[in-house]
Amino acid sequence: MKVSLKVNGKSTTVDAPSDMPLLWVLRDVLELKGTKYGCGVGQCGACTVHLKGAPVRSCQLPVSAAQGAEITTIEGLSTDGSHPVQRAWDEVDVAQCGYCQAGQIMSAAALLAKTPSPTDAQITAAMNGNLCRCATYQRIREAIHKAAATSAVTPAAPSATPARPRQAGTPRN
Amino acid sequence: MTLDARVDRRQFLRVSALAGGGLLLGTFLDGSGAGELLAAGAPRLPAADFTPNAFIRLSPDGSVTIIAKNPEVGQGIKTMLPMLIAEELDVDWASVKIEQAGLDTTKFTDQFAGGSTATPNHWLPLRRVGAAARAMLVGAAAQTWGVPAAECETASGTVTHRASGRTLKYADLLDRAATIPAPQLDSVALKDPKSFRIIGTRVRGVDNHAIITGKPLYGIDITMPGMLHAVYEKSPVFGGAVKSANLDEIRREPGVRHAFVVERVGTAPDGLLGGVAIVADSWWLARSARRKLKVEWDEGPMASLSSADIASTAAELAKKAPQRTLRKDGDVDAALANGKVVRAAYFYPFLAHAPLEPQNCTAHFKDGKLELWAPTQTPDAARRLCVTALGLKQEDVTLHLVRGGGGFGRRLMNDYVVEAARIAKEIPGTPVKLLWTREDDTRHDFYRAAGFHNFTGGVDAAGKLVAWRNHFVSFGDPERFATAEQSGPVPFGAGAGIGGGEFPARFVPNFVLEASVMKQHVPTGYLRAPGSNGIAFATQSFIDELAHAAGKDPLQFRLDLLAEEPAGQQPQGALVASRVRGVLELVREKSGWGSRTLPRGTGMGVAFHYSHRGYFAEVVQATVSRTGTLKVDKVWVAGDVGSQIINPSGADNQVEGSVLDGISEALAQEITIANGRAVQGNFTDFPLIRLAQSPPVEVHWKITEYPPTGIGEPALPPVVPALCNAIFAATGKRVRSLPLSKQNLAWV
Repeated sequence: MKVSLKVNGKSTTVDAPSDMPLLWVLRDVLELKGTKYGCGVGQCGACTVHLKGAPVRSCQLPVSAAQGAEITTIEGLSTDGSHPVQRAWDEVDVAQCGYCQAGQIMSAAALLAKTPSPTDAQITAAMNGNLCRCATYQRIREAIHKAAATSAVTPAAPSATPARPRQAGTPRN
Repeated sequence: MTLDARVDRRQFLRVSALAGGGLLLGTFLDGSGAGELLAAGAPRLPAADFTPNAFIRLSPDGSVTIIAKNPEVGQGIKTMLPMLIAEELDVDWASVKIEQAGLDTTKFTDQFAGGSTATPNHWLPLRRVGAAARAMLVGAAAQTWGVPAAECETASGTVTHRASGRTLKYADLLDRAATIPAPQLDSVALKDPKSFRIIGTRVRGVDNHAIITGKPLYGIDITMPGMLHAVYEKSPVFGGAVKSANLDEIRREPGVRHAFVVERVGTAPDGLLGGVAIVADSWWLARSARRKLKVEWDEGPMASLSSADIASTAAELAKKAPQRTLRKDGDVDAALANGKVVRAAYFYPFLAHAPLEPQNCTAHFKDGKLELWAPTQTPDAARRLCVTALGLKQEDVTLHLVRGGGGFGRRLMNDYVVEAARIAKEIPGTPVKLLWTREDDTRHDFYRAAGFHNFTGGVDAAGKLVAWRNHFVSFGDPERFATAEQSGPVPFGAGAGIGGGEFPARFVPNFVLEASVMKQHVPTGYLRAPGSNGIAFATQSFIDELAHAAGKDPLQFRLDLLAEEPAGQQPQGALVASRVRGVLELVREKSGWGSRTLPRGTGMGVAFHYSHRGYFAEVVQATVSRTGTLKVDKVWVAGDVGSQIINPSGADNQVEGSVLDGISEALAQEITIANGRAVQGNFTDFPLIRLAQSPPVEVHWKITEYPPTGIGEPALPPVVPALCNAIFAATGKRVRSLPLSKQNLAWV
């Protein structure tokens, strides 16, 4: 079926089976490889994207259910890695293998959009659905606090509204 | 990083060498594998007999490119190895660009990721590559100025003549440097570590930007024009074969281009497992078609195997005389007769590796040649497997290294590579990406071998450990095990062995290590800190039991055991007691061991382990509720990996991750076998640790005079027994079987 999608601020129409998860549409139709497949059952969070600003597991979302809704992927968070969460992830040097980190960053960005200065408990609650096989959890927590602190001193930063990307990502093909 | 970009970069490398003005530096391998350094300016390219092993490319525009030759699977090698070269080359890290090399055994040695070997293997060789290049640049500057090279110094890619203050940038010295005779690598002067500017600083991962912006980077991200997507169904029973499959029906499914049966070649991991391949326009369509696949399997002789069978066989073997004695010192029976005796049996289960990126490989077979993009830890072995299983020539197989989304030892095995290659060979001219599901990954692993340790220990009246017996029951080939030559490697199954020198050998006067094996049904392999990840749990838990039997503080009991280096010559690679004491004393201090009064239900446990040349002692504080709910409060780590932590950011990260990985294994991970197959399939029943379960991990380094060694693995093993010992301290319950989720930890 033809489905209209709005991904990273760009409208596009894809032809895909209605039950095809958004994850595979992003990866294999729109060639946005940043969103990852880890488990296919919503357990690991590697496929996390924002749907109308909320973090969702794109492996569990049939593309038909995403029709028309605003979708933001890691590529749309910023084009240059300048989102406070991305910057904090680099500065804290969170990643080991890095495979889960796009999903972690999307969950963290959604958290900070709603809760600009989260407590440890709020971080735990928001991030507990994202697995990191390398177990970089200590740095994930540290990076979220750091991003929160950065955002607090630069109120213009988009952490208040990460669902609206500052710059649209360009789908690769 | 798209595929095309890779090709472009390789072309640029070639063009830059031809265009002139650039300087290409590298080692050239002679027959013995020892390096001889040559410089190749563009006008005099190396003779055909020499293949440049370019580690460094300096361009007239001032750019410095360093080649990362080893597979990156999250251990940080793509950052760490180039740091060694850049340090001695004396350039600013910010000016360095890193390029990933592909597999090339004519140019590189040790192109693999395993055994925490990269640091010890490269600490001097790669520094020498950088230092030799620097020496040639200094020589070129000295020649330009007509001064002795000894009067020149370098910093930030610039040579300075001290007396006159004249300076020349490396980029302006390239032509002349290419004419300077290369110094001998083994005698080139290296920096005094006190003057390091890059080594020892916290350097962030070179792929960080690509990771945080979601750039294509991993094997799963490879895409090519016209590429098709494959799934591969194998027998759920280990060793089963396809009898028939509804291929005609599958071929009619949407998007399916090919569906075919693949016959087995040899046996895994050195062969190709048979199965059914489905190749479609997209992975989702291939996956959807697979849901309708009906295969009749010849399940073979394993079809009734269960975990209970394995456990009862192990129990029978433990009662019998051991098949082998691996080490015997003194007289254990006599010592036991006079001491306090403790007997205990320990068990740890099969474990899957579960890297977050499921196994995948992209393959393109065209005109008899095979090109692979593989996130493998052992690219050379991957190529050899394709050559032997598919009847190809080595020179016809090209393998590109792609970042792996976690390794943990799973990608030492290359089953997914040869599967992708086999599927591609069926459809020549069409590139195809094979991607496993999470369930494929969990159910077709080479598991951490389960292990059974049957201990008897004795302490004397003074509380000294005087006798130790372990009858270790594991997997292998029982006939060969019992009858084969008693010298040479012991024929255990992969990752299922133990060494005769395993601690506390040499530290207990009466010591026997015996072993028996049962037939290997379940494929086993090497999980992060193989062997050690289970052996440490059993050994360090039992030592804790003996400490309590002796009425001693468990940490002090260990220090007493290690009070002196054993008499006689130190065997190669054997642990050094003073180094263990060093980390035990450091972790005692940092954790406040014994200095706090803890409430009932909260306890601290300690353990140490020596493996992969690294020494780690760890203290865990854990709290168990009366109803048995466990919370790990905190972990303190003291590590000794020698004289230098090369990249403290990466090293701390590895240790924090290793510790949580060990806790993750202990908490709830287990692969059980029923009807000849792995029961668990996804993170629902093979759970990884989550943020809420992760305690803070405090890492401390003990710097010693020994050469630097690796940190990918040795921090993992001690945390499991330290946690179990903490549970004992908290509850009085001794954990002798994992995972913890199956133990009743409730206390009154």
